[in-house]
Amino acid sequence: MKSVVNPLSGGIWRTSGAFLQKQGALVALILLVIFASVRYDAFLTSVNILNILKQNSMIGIVAIGMTFVILMRGIDLSVGSLLALGGILAAMLSPYGLAAALIVPIVVTALLGAVNGLIIAKMRIEPFIVTLAMMIGVRGVVYAVTKEKTRTIDDSVTDFFVMLGNGTFIGIPVPVWIFLVILAAAVFILRFTRFGRNVYAIGGNEDATHLMGIRVDRMKIAVYTLSGALSGFTGIVLAGRLGGAAQPVAGNMWELDAIAAVVIGGTLLVGGRGNVFGTFIGVMLLGIILNIINLQGTLDSWWQPVIRGTFLLLIVIVQAQLIKRKKEQRRQ
Amino acid sequence: MNDIVKNFPGVKALKGVRLHIRKGEVHALMGENGAGKSTLIKILTGVYRHDEGTIVLDGEEVAFKAPVESQQKGISTIYQEVSLIPYLSVTENILIGREPKTGLGAINWKKAHEQARAILLEMGIDIDVRQPVNVYSTAIHQMVSIARAVSMQAKLVVMDEPTSSLDDHEVEVLFRVIRKLKDDGVSIIFVSHRLDEIYTVCDRITVLRDGEYVGTWPIQELPQNRLIAHMIGKSESEAAQLTRMKETEDKTGEKVVVKLEGIRQGNRVTDVSFELHRGEVLGLAGLLGSGRTETAKVVAGVLSADSGTIRYEDAPVRFRSPRQAIKAGIAMCTENRKTEGIIPNMSIRENITLANLRQFSRLGFVSRRKQNQVVNEFIERMGIKTPNADQKIKNLSGGNQQKVLLSRWLALQPNVLILDEPTRGIDVGAKAEIHAIIQELARSGLSILLISSEFDELIHNSDRIVVLRDGRVIGELKGGERTEDNIMKLIAEHSSHKEWGGEKANDGHESEAAGNERV
Amino acid sequence: MTDTNLKLQGMSASDRRALAAGELAKRFALPLVIIALVVLNAAVTNNFLSTNTMWNILLHVSTTTLVAIGMTLVIATGGIDLSVGAVMALSAVFCTFLLDYPVVVILAGTMLFCALFGLLNGVVISYIGVQPIIATLALMIAGRGIAQVITDGYLVTFTHPAFEALGKGKLWSIPAPVIIMFLVAVLVYIAVRFMTFGRYVEAVGDNEQAANLAGINVKKIKVAVYILSAVFASLAGMIETARLAAADATRIGELIEMDAIAAVVVGGTLMTGGKPRIWGTVLGAVLMGLITATFNMNNIPYSYSLVIKAVIIVAAIYFQRENK
Repeated sequence: MKSVVNPLSGGIWRTSGAFLQKQGALVALILLVIFASVRYDAFLTSVNILNILKQNSMIGIVAIGMTFVILMRGIDLSVGSLLALGGILAAMLSPYGLAAALIVPIVVTALLGAVNGLIIAKMRIEPFIVTLAMMIGVRGVVYAVTKEKTRTIDDSVTDFFVMLGNGTFIGIPVPVWIFLVILAAAVFILRFTRFGRNVYAIGGNEDATHLMGIRVDRMKIAVYTLSGALSGFTGIVLAGRLGGAAQPVAGNMWELDAIAAVVIGGTLLVGGRGNVFGTFIGVMLLGIILNIINLQGTLDSWWQPVIRGTFLLLIVIVQAQLIKRKKEQRRQ
Repeated sequence: MNDIVKNFPGVKALKGVRLHIRKGEVHALMGENGAGKSTLIKILTGVYRHDEGTIVLDGEEVAFKAPVESQQKGISTIYQEVSLIPYLSVTENILIGREPKTGLGAINWKKAHEQARAILLEMGIDIDVRQPVNVYSTAIHQMVSIARAVSMQAKLVVMDEPTSSLDDHEVEVLFRVIRKLKDDGVSIIFVSHRLDEIYTVCDRITVLRDGEYVGTWPIQELPQNRLIAHMIGKSESEAAQLTRMKETEDKTGEKVVVKLEGIRQGNRVTDVSFELHRGEVLGLAGLLGSGRTETAKVVAGVLSADSGTIRYEDAPVRFRSPRQAIKAGIAMCTENRKTEGIIPNMSIRENITLANLRQFSRLGFVSRRKQNQVVNEFIERMGIKTPNADQKIKNLSGGNQQKVLLSRWLALQPNVLILDEPTRGIDVGAKAEIHAIIQELARSGLSILLISSEFDELIHNSDRIVVLRDGRVIGELKGGERTEDNIMKLIAEHSSHKEWGGEKANDGHESEAAGNERV
Repeated sequence: MTDTNLKLQGMSASDRRALAAGELAKRFALPLVIIALVVLNAAVTNNFLSTNTMWNILLHVSTTTLVAIGMTLVIATGGIDLSVGAVMALSAVFCTFLLDYPVVVILAGTMLFCALFGLLNGVVISYIGVQPIIATLALMIAGRGIAQVITDGYLVTFTHPAFEALGKGKLWSIPAPVIIMFLVAVLVYIAVRFMTFGRYVEAVGDNEQAANLAGINVKKIKVAVYILSAVFASLAGMIETARLAAADATRIGELIEMDAIAAVVVGGTLMTGGKPRIWGTVLGAVLMGLITATFNMNNIPYSYSLVIKAVIIVAAIYFQRENK
C-alpha cells in the first residue's frame, strides 16, 4: 500500500479548490495594481493606498462577518440594516456616555443576529428569507425611530467617534487597523479553533457534521450573532467617519457588496470552501476598481456600477470555468 | 432497550421493541426495510426520541436528545450513507470536535495529523491524512468513517450497513476491526442485508418485522431460511422459493442489440467491449470502482466516451445526452434513486410519465386521461402499494419507489433497459417481486443490462455474466459457469496492484456534495 | 435515510384525514388572511370599500406582481433573479427610443431587447455554471448603471397617448395594468398547470439531476425561465414608464426584486425549487400591497409597514413548513 504524495503545506493554502480560486483573485489584484501603477502616477502613493484601505475597511469588516456566514452555507442580507441600526443606536445613546454608546448597539445587533440564527436553525427557514425579512424589518424600525432624519452623536463623546472613524495611529487610519486586526483574528479562528473548523464542516456537509456530534444549531446562532455584531460595530465606525452623523440610509445595499467581495475572493456560496484572506482580496479588488475610475476622472460616475458589475461577472465566470476544469482533471 | 414505542405522524414505527446487547458481543439487527431497524438505531443514538419505553446503558437509564449526547455516553455510529465532509482533510473527518489543542488553545495540527494517521495504520490503511477526503474512493470514505467511530473509545459501536460500499478486501479489514473491538470488550450492533456477512461475524440476531419484535437467537440456532422466514413472515419453504435460480438461456444466437468496442471514459473505464443480444439479460459483475456504472452511463448517454465505439442496432451511435439515448430506445434506471431518480414532491403519476411526457400530451397540454391509462396499468402490474396515483412519491417505501421508477423507464417501451443496483436497500419481499418482473421483461424480448454488487442477484437473474475489473472486461461466464467462485477467481487472477491513495473519488456511486447549489 | 417515509398502509383513516385537513388549511391560509385584512380595513379605514380603492390597490401592486410571476418561475427551478429591477430600468430607457413606432412595435422591441439580458443570465447560469445570485447580482449592478449612463441620470419624458394608455388607460373602469397583470397570471398559470412546461420546471426545481436523467433538457428550461423573468420585468418597466410618461433610470424598480421575492415566498413557492404557485404569488403580492395601503390610508408611517411585512414573510413560510 502506497502513500499518496503531494503533501500540501499547511497554512492558508489548504484545499486545492480554494487555492485555485484565490489565486485567480490574487492574480487579478496583482495585474490591476500593476496596470494602475503604470497608468496613474497618483496610484502607488501611500496617500492613495491608505485612502483605498480606509474607504473599504468598513465594507471589509462586514464582508468578514459575511464570510463566516457563507462558509457555513448561509447568507445574511440584514447586515446593511443592522449597520444602520448600530449607528443610530450609538447616536441615540451617546448622551448617556461612551460606554452606552459603544456597547448597547453592538449588543442589540448581536442579539438580532442571534434571532436570525435562531429562526434559521430552529424553524428551519431558509437564511435568504429570514435575513431578508430582518433586513426589511430593521430598516423599517430605523426609519420609524429616526423619522428618516440623520441623528448626530452627542457632543460629549463626538471626539472619540471621530477618532474611531477618522483618526490615525502611526500613520495608518484607525478603521484600517480595526479591519486588519479583525481580519487577523478571523484567519486565526478559521484555521486554529474548533469553532472555525466547525464552520467549514457545517458548510461542507451539515448532516454529516450533525451526526458527528457537533451542535450545529448552536454554531449557526453563533455565526449569525457574529455577523450581526460586526455589522453593528461597523455602523458605529461609519458614523464616526461621517463626523458623528448616523444616517438611517446607511449601509443600504452593503450586503450585496459584501457578498460580491466574498465570492470574488474565492469562497463558494455553497459553503465549505474559501477563506477570509480571499475576502480581503475581493474587497481590495472592488476598492481598487473604484479608485481607478476616480483617478481616470474622465468617466461619468454612472460608469462605476457598470464596470463593477461587469468585473464581478467576469471574475465569477472565470472561477466557474476553473472549477469545471478542475472537476474534469480529477476524472482523468 | 425495552418496550420501545416510537410514533411518527400517522404511523406507529415501533411497537414495543426490545433489544438487549451483551458486552463484547456482535449483535445483528435484522428485518425488512420499514421494519424499524433504522428507527430503532436512531433512537438509540439520539437522532430521534422514543415515545415510550426505556433505554438502559451499562445500568444507567438514558434518553438522548441529540447525537452528541449518545456519543458522550460512549455510543458511536457508522451510518449507511457514508457521511463525511468532502473538502476537509481525512484528519479532520476523523477528529472533528476532538482536535488536539496546544497550550494556548489553538488546534495542534501536527499532533492531529499524527493521531489520525496512527488510527488508520492500525486498521492497515496508509494514506496521506492531510488530503481532503474527496480525493479518495468511496471505500476509503467508509474506512475513515469506521476509523472515526472506532477511535472514539466507545462502549457500543453501531454499524448500519457498513459494507454497502466496500469490496471483499475492505470487508475483511472491517471484520478485523470488529474482532479487535470484541477483544477489547466493545459491543457491536451490526445491521446488514448481506446474510453471508451476518453469519460470518455475528454472535446473536434480533429480528424485527413491521415495527414489532420477533425474537432473538444465537446465530448457530438460526439457519438462513428460517431467518428469512422470520423477517418476511412467511414459512420456510416459501422463503426458499424466493431464491430460486434463473433457468439459463443462451441468447447469444440472437441479434446483437448493443455492441461496445474499446470504450474508454474518464479514469474509471479503460477498455470495455461486450455485446448485448436481444431478449438477453446480461449481468455486469465487478467490485466497486470497476467501472460498471460508468460504462452503463456511456450507453445511456449520461457520460460520453473518450474513445471507442458503440453500435446500436447495427449502426454507430454517439449519445450526447440522456435525451438522445432515450429517444433511441435506451433507458437507464440509476442506482441512486434518491438523488438521481425520484422527483420527490411530484406524484406517482407524474414520476412515471416524466421521461416521455410528450406521449401523454397534445400541443403541449398534458392529458390526464392518457396518463391514467398507462399509470394505472403500471400500478397494477408492478404491484405498487398506494391508495392512488396522486400520492407524492417521497411518501412511498424504497421498494415502491423503485417500482415507480422502473415504470417510468418501461413506459418508454424501450429497446434496451439498464438496471443499476435495482434492489439496493430493498427488502427481501420487494426484491423478489422486482426479480420476477425482470425475468418477465426479458421473456418479452427486452434486452437488459443488469448491474449488481450482489453476485447472487446476478447469478440468479442473468443469462450471461461479464466481469469487469479496473475498467476492463476480464471474462465472461455462461450457463453453468455462473458461480460466485468463478467470478471471484476471475477478479483475483486479474488483480493489478491496488493502491489506496490516488484513487479518484466519484466513481459514479456518489453524488456531488453541492447538490442543490443555490443559496 | 428513507425509513422515515410514511407507510401509507400503516396510517389510520383519522390520521389521513388530519393530514389532508392540514394541507387544506395550508392552501387557504393566504386568501383567508387577505379577506381578514379587507374586513379589518372596511371597519377601520375610511372609504375603503369603494371600487376605486380596490382598483387603486391592485394598480399599485400590478407591476410588482408581474415581476413576481416571472420570479416565481425562476425560483421554482431553484434559481433567483436579482436583476429584475435593473431590467425594468433598461426597458424604460430602451422603449423611449421606439416611441416613433406603433405600440406593438414598442412592446415587442423592448421585450425582445430585455429578453437578451434574460438570455445572458440564463446562459451564464446554466451553461457556464455561475451561481444565480451572483450572476443576476452582476447584471443588477451593471444593468442599472447602463441605463443611467444612457440617460445620464436624467428623467426622459415623452408624450405618446397610445403607449401611455398602457399605464393610464382603463377598460370598464379597470386599470390597464391590472388587466395585463391578470392576463399574464392566467396565461402563465395555464402553462404551468396544464402544459408540459410546468411539469419540467417543477421537476428541474425538485430534483435537477433526476430531471436531467429523465431526458429533460434542464439547461434549456433554466434559460427559458430567466428569459421569461426578464420579459415580464420588461413589461412591468414599460407599464410604469407609460404611467409616468417618463423613463426614470434611477428610481424605477428600486428594490422591486426584494418585494417580488417576498411575494413569491409568501405565495408558497419553495426557494429550494419545486412547484410554481402562480396564484399564490399573486395573492402574496396583493397581501403586501394591502398592508402598504392599510398603513397609507390610516396615515401610519411607511416604515412601520416594513416591520409588519417582515413578520408576515417569516410567518408565512413557517406555516407553510408546518405540514412538511
